[in-house]
Parts: sequence; C-alpha cells; structure tokens
Amino acid sequence: MIDRRELLKTLCVAGGAAVVGKNLSAEQPAAGPAREAMGVLVDTTKCIGCRMCEFSCADAHKDAGLEFPEDVDFTAERATSEKQWTVVNRYETDRGQVYAKKQCLHCLQPACASACLTRAMHKTPAGPVAWTANKCMGCRFCMVSCPFDMPKFEYDSAVPRIQKCVLCWERLEEGKQPACVESCPSGALSFGPRAERLEEARRRIYAEPDKYVHHVYGEHEAGGTSWLYLASVPFEQIGLPTDVGDEPYPALTREFLYSVPFVEILVPTFLLALSAATKREKDREAAEANAEGEV
Amino acid sequence: MDATVGRIPRAGNEARRLGQFILQELKPRGKVLTPFNVISGALIVVAAVLLAIRFLKGLGAITNLSQDFPWGLWIGYDVMTGVAIAGGGYVLTFMVYVLHLERYHPIIRVTVLNAFLGYVFAAGSLLLDLGRPWNIMNPMIGNGFGVSSVLFLVAWHFFLYALMALVEFSPAAAEWLGLERIRRVLKGMTFAAVVLGITLALLHQAGLGGLFLMAKGKLHPLWYTEFIPVLFFVSSVFAGLSLVIVEGFISRKVFAPRLGWTLRRTHEDVTLGLGRVCAGTLFAYFFLMVVTLLHGQKWAYLATPMGAWFLLEIVGFVAVPAVLFAQGYRTRNVKTVQAAALMALAGVLLNRLNVAIIAYKPLAAVHYVPSWMEVEVTLAIIAAEIWVFRWVVNRMPVLDFAEVAPKVELAVRRTGAAAA
Ligand code: SF4
Ligand code: SF4
Repeated sequence: MIDRRELLKTLCVAGGAAVVGKNLSAEQPAAGPAREAMGVLVDTTKCIGCRMCEFSCADAHKDAGLEFPEDVDFTAERATSEKQWTVVNRYETDRGQVYAKKQCLHCLQPACASACLTRAMHKTPAGPVAWTANKCMGCRFCMVSCPFDMPKFEYDSAVPRIQKCVLCWERLEEGKQPACVESCPSGALSFGPRAERLEEARRRIYAEPDKYVHHVYGEHEAGGTSWLYLASVPFEQIGLPTDVGDEPYPALTREFLYSVPFVEILVPTFLLALSAATKREKDREAAEANAEGEV
Repeated sequence: MDATVGRIPRAGNEARRLGQFILQELKPRGKVLTPFNVISGALIVVAAVLLAIRFLKGLGAITNLSQDFPWGLWIGYDVMTGVAIAGGGYVLTFMVYVLHLERYHPIIRVTVLNAFLGYVFAAGSLLLDLGRPWNIMNPMIGNGFGVSSVLFLVAWHFFLYALMALVEFSPAAAEWLGLERIRRVLKGMTFAAVVLGITLALLHQAGLGGLFLMAKGKLHPLWYTEFIPVLFFVSSVFAGLSLVIVEGFISRKVFAPRLGWTLRRTHEDVTLGLGRVCAGTLFAYFFLMVVTLLHGQKWAYLATPMGAWFLLEIVGFVAVPAVLFAQGYRTRNVKTVQAAALMALAGVLLNRLNVAIIAYKPLAAVHYVPSWMEVEVTLAIIAAEIWVFRWVVNRMPVLDFAEVAPKVELAVRRTGAAAA
C-alpha cells in the first residue's frame, strides 16, 4: 500500500515537473521527522594523526576501489581523491601542530544533490549524502557545485563513478557507526544525532573556553553540515574554507528556478499577442501600399 | 474497395521511390579530394581514434580534466559556446514569425538548419564528455527527476528546443523528398513550434549561465553574478545573429550556385538589419555588465591582472563590436558589419571560456589547459558539422526555397519593375 502511495506521489511530482518545467522548490526536502538526522563531531584538539580513520575507511569501502597510502609524512596537504574518501592533514598553526580529518561534510541542504539532474546524488533522511550508480550520467555538475570540492571522478575508468564519503550509510542502516568513527582511538570522532553532537560541541566549548575557538564549524556553514568541527585555532588554519557563507547553496539557484514557470506561461502569451499585433499592422500597411499602388 | 486495394501498392512504390532517392542523394557531389575535405577528413579520422581510446580507458586518457577542473574545452566551447552561437535560430524565428519582419524570411531556413545542427552537435559533444553517457536519458525517462537542478531544466529545454527546431526545418526536408501532403501538415506546425521554441531557447540559454550560480567562490567575482542567466541569454541573441551574418558571408561564396535570387538580392539589407539588432543587444549587454559590476561593487578587482582580462572582454569584444555594428549600419557598410560579427563571436567565445575555464578557480595551483587531443576532437566536431551542413544545403531547398513570403517577392518585384 505504502509503496503504491509513494509511487503515485512520485508520478505526480514527476508529471507536474515535466509539464510545468520544474518544481517550485530549489532545496531538497528536509530530513523527515521519522528518523533523526545523524552527525559526526570532529574534535581536532584530540586528533593524534594516526590515520586509523583513513585505514578503516579504505577497508570498509574496498568494493568502491579505495586505497590506503602507507607512506604519508604530512609534509604536503592532501586532498581527498577518487581513491581516498577521507584524508588527515597536519597543519602548522598559531598553537602548534594540529591534525584535521577531511571528507564530505554531508551538508543539510547539499549543493551536490540539488545540482544532480538524476537524483543519483541524494540526501538520505538519516543524514548521509549518497550516490546511486545506475542513475548517474557522469556530468560532473555535482563537482562544480560542491563548495567543499568533495565529489571526485574516476577519470581513468571507462565506467567512472563519482567518489566521495557516503557516511557509511549501509552500516548506519545496520545500526552501526561509520567505520572511521568506530576505529578512532583518541575520541576525536564521535557519532550520534546531529543535534546532540552540536550540544556536546557547545558543552566542550563552555567547559574549556580557553582551549577552543568559540565556534562550531558546520553549525551554519553552507546552511549547516552533518559533520561538525571543533578546533583550538581559527578554522582557515586547518584547511576548512571560511568563505562559504551561511546560506544553503541550493538557495543560490532558487530565484532562477522560481522564475521558470512564469517565463513558460508569460512568454508564449506575450509572443502570441505580439504576433497578432504585428500581423494586423503588416496587413494594414500592405493594404495601404496596395491602395497607393492603385492610385 | 478498389481505392484501398490500389493504395497499398502505390504506398509500396512510393516507399521504394523514396529509398532509391535517398540512396542517390547520399552520394557525395562535386570533387571529393578538395583541400578542405582532405584536412577535415583527416581530423575526423584522428578524432575517431582518440575517442575510441577515450571510451576504452576513460576521460583522463585524452583530456586534461582533473578533480579541480571537471569541465574543460568540450563543455566550455562545444556546449556553452556552441549553444550560444546557435541562438540565431530562435532569434530569427522571433523576427520572422512573431514580428513579421518578412525581409528576413529568405534566410530563415538556413538559420534554423544551423541552429538545429548546432544543438545536435552540442548534444553529441556532451555525450563524449559525459562519464556515463548510457544514462543520459535518465532525467527524461524518470530514473531520477532532479527537479531542483538547473541542469535538469537545461536538459529538458535543450532537448525540446532541438525538437522544435527540427519541426521548423522539416518542411524543407519534405519538399526535398517530394512529400507535398506531409509538407503541408508540417508547415502547419511551424508557428506553434516557433512560439514554444523561443520560450524553451530563452530558458536553456539562461540556464546554461545558471549552471554557475552554485560555483560561487570558484568563479572569479568579476564573472560571478546572480544575473549570469540574464547575461547568457542576452549574449546568445547577438552571438546567434553574428553567426548568421558570418554564415551568410561564407554561404554566398561557397554555395553561390545554390543561392536563390531573393536571397542574393536581399543579402546586403539583411546583413545590415541584423547588424543593427546586434548593435542594440550588444549595447544592452555592455550596460548590463557595467551595472552588475557596480551593483556588486567589484571595481577594485579591475586593477588586477584578471581585471585587465575582464576589461579586454567587455571593452575589446563587447563595446568595440557594438560601436562597429552601429557604425556599419549607419554608413551601410556590409564589410564593417561582418567584421563586427566576427569580433562579437570571438567575444562570446572568450566569455564562455572565461566563465567555464579561465576565470574558474583562477587561484588553483595547477590550472586546466586543454590537451591537444581535446582541441583535435573539437576541431573534428566542427568539421563534421560543416560536412552535414554542406550535405543538406546542397540537396534540400534551404538557400533557394520557393516559398519566399509573397510580400517580399511582391515588394522585390515591384522595385524590380520600377528599376526596369
Ligand atoms: S560537502 Fe559537497 S559533496 Fe558533501 S554533501 Fe556537501 S555539497 Fe555534497
Ligand atoms: S555526475 Fe552523476 S551524481 Fe554528479 S550531478 Fe551528474 S548525474 Fe548527478
């Protein structure tokens, strides 16, 4: 029954979209109330740079072709890649060396998912932003849109995939924690409902106000992210972009998408009226020309 | 009874006649081993080899695309620029069928043909660029309606517009095949196709710009503006018409024997008239550029190297051709208008490459530069498009079609009579 209702709903939305053009909402629907959206808190003050998270990630996602590079000496900043969904970097900061893990932040209103024209990239109610192979056409618009440059593409494959952290959504469905969180020996990573993780982050700042910068990165950035960061130094010093703003990225396209149905209705109407008007004009001119010709 | 019995063999005969005719028409005409054919043929053969490698080994094998630069020349030129300069189709149908500017009727078919081919080849290039092209129909068949995506909007409007352009051109094909009854039906659909086509074209031209709305922070602030869809739309108007002007110039030389006398006769007037429209839209575009610059308070960037590059684009390739177009129109100098059209085309190319590539992540450590293989494939695609264009123009009534609007004919005849 539920399936049929779902199907009907989808069909209506799809039909409406095809007829009117687009739907009226640029944003992805917020996570349903049925399931609490999960999140991860990264406390960079606790990270010891052991790279266990990298290791366990590569191990948990062997099927996706991930690899764990052994020889990393932290001299150069590394970016995630199509073979590594997460990387730990070391930063020289005002307060000494700080290690910070990076991966897709699983935005609450993800740019990548709103960019995806097939919904291959999509936000799941539980929080993870996941990717579906049989939908993706490989246009790489998600890569252009993500403010954190997280989706990566397999340029060396004839059947390329979009690769990025999927927040172990399959493990989550089994009631497990993300692989990286489970393997973290220092307590730098902690998993739970996002709201609760946010509370915990605030609590740590209140408890040790001198230790932390008084800001939880990800609370508002790009409209809020599922991953939250605490640090002892300003976030730009540990490689997190601080110029993304607080507005959700899909909102940037909202006005344009809103205007589409109006254009689709008003322009043809206008064209018809204009055509009728100029035709009348032309006919009159022709008649006058003929009359003159006869004179 | 008799009638039905008789009709079936007749239909069979008709099909056979059509089949033979088409086979006959498929053969090349004229000299085959011309320098152009040899060079373009070689380009296409090399491209075929490169594309085989691309489909076997992945995009990385022949392109310089990277994780930081997911879109390169094939998107920046083949799709973004290709679609902009195919804009002549919807602008001219607007002028002829909506504004009833009959004077432009003689070039309507060649322009629509150009637009249609422009779209087909842009879509073809896109297929080469897509990582998983076998899924391209997904947003159409509903294996995921990404209705919140600007690209979804572009895909649908692009696809439907190409269909409309085909409908607009189809009477020419029917005439070529000698299918009078079908021609009349198709002709009857033209106006509806035009009205829908203009709307669809307007939206996907703007939508191509809209793709960069979420690239905030990646696109240099001088090019990033929330008005980018409007800028893309307006620039497609003069880009499309400029291509019509340049194509008219070339066709007159290359297809001289195919040229109808109306077209030959009105060539100068048409070029000048289009030049005037280009001048107007270019001035409007320049004005919009300046307004967005002031509105975003971005003038401080003008004093940087990227600022100089930006000024080169909007002064050298927008303001200058605008003045040239106006000048050419005023002094009735066709050469000036044609030169302006070339500059305006260069300007649109520059703009699309700037937005998609050059001013995209200007601070990146390793900036994308296309590989020679990407350039080669692009040239081959252009060559292939010219081949198809030439094939159609040499066979179908495109440059010399009979159904010139009676009013033009009348007007021309009248002046002709007066002259005689
Ligand atoms: S960080 Fe990028 S890839 Fe991850 S959810 Fe946000 S927009 Fe998508
Ligand atoms: S590359 Fe795939 S996942 Fe990314 S936007 Fe395109 S279709 Fe969606």
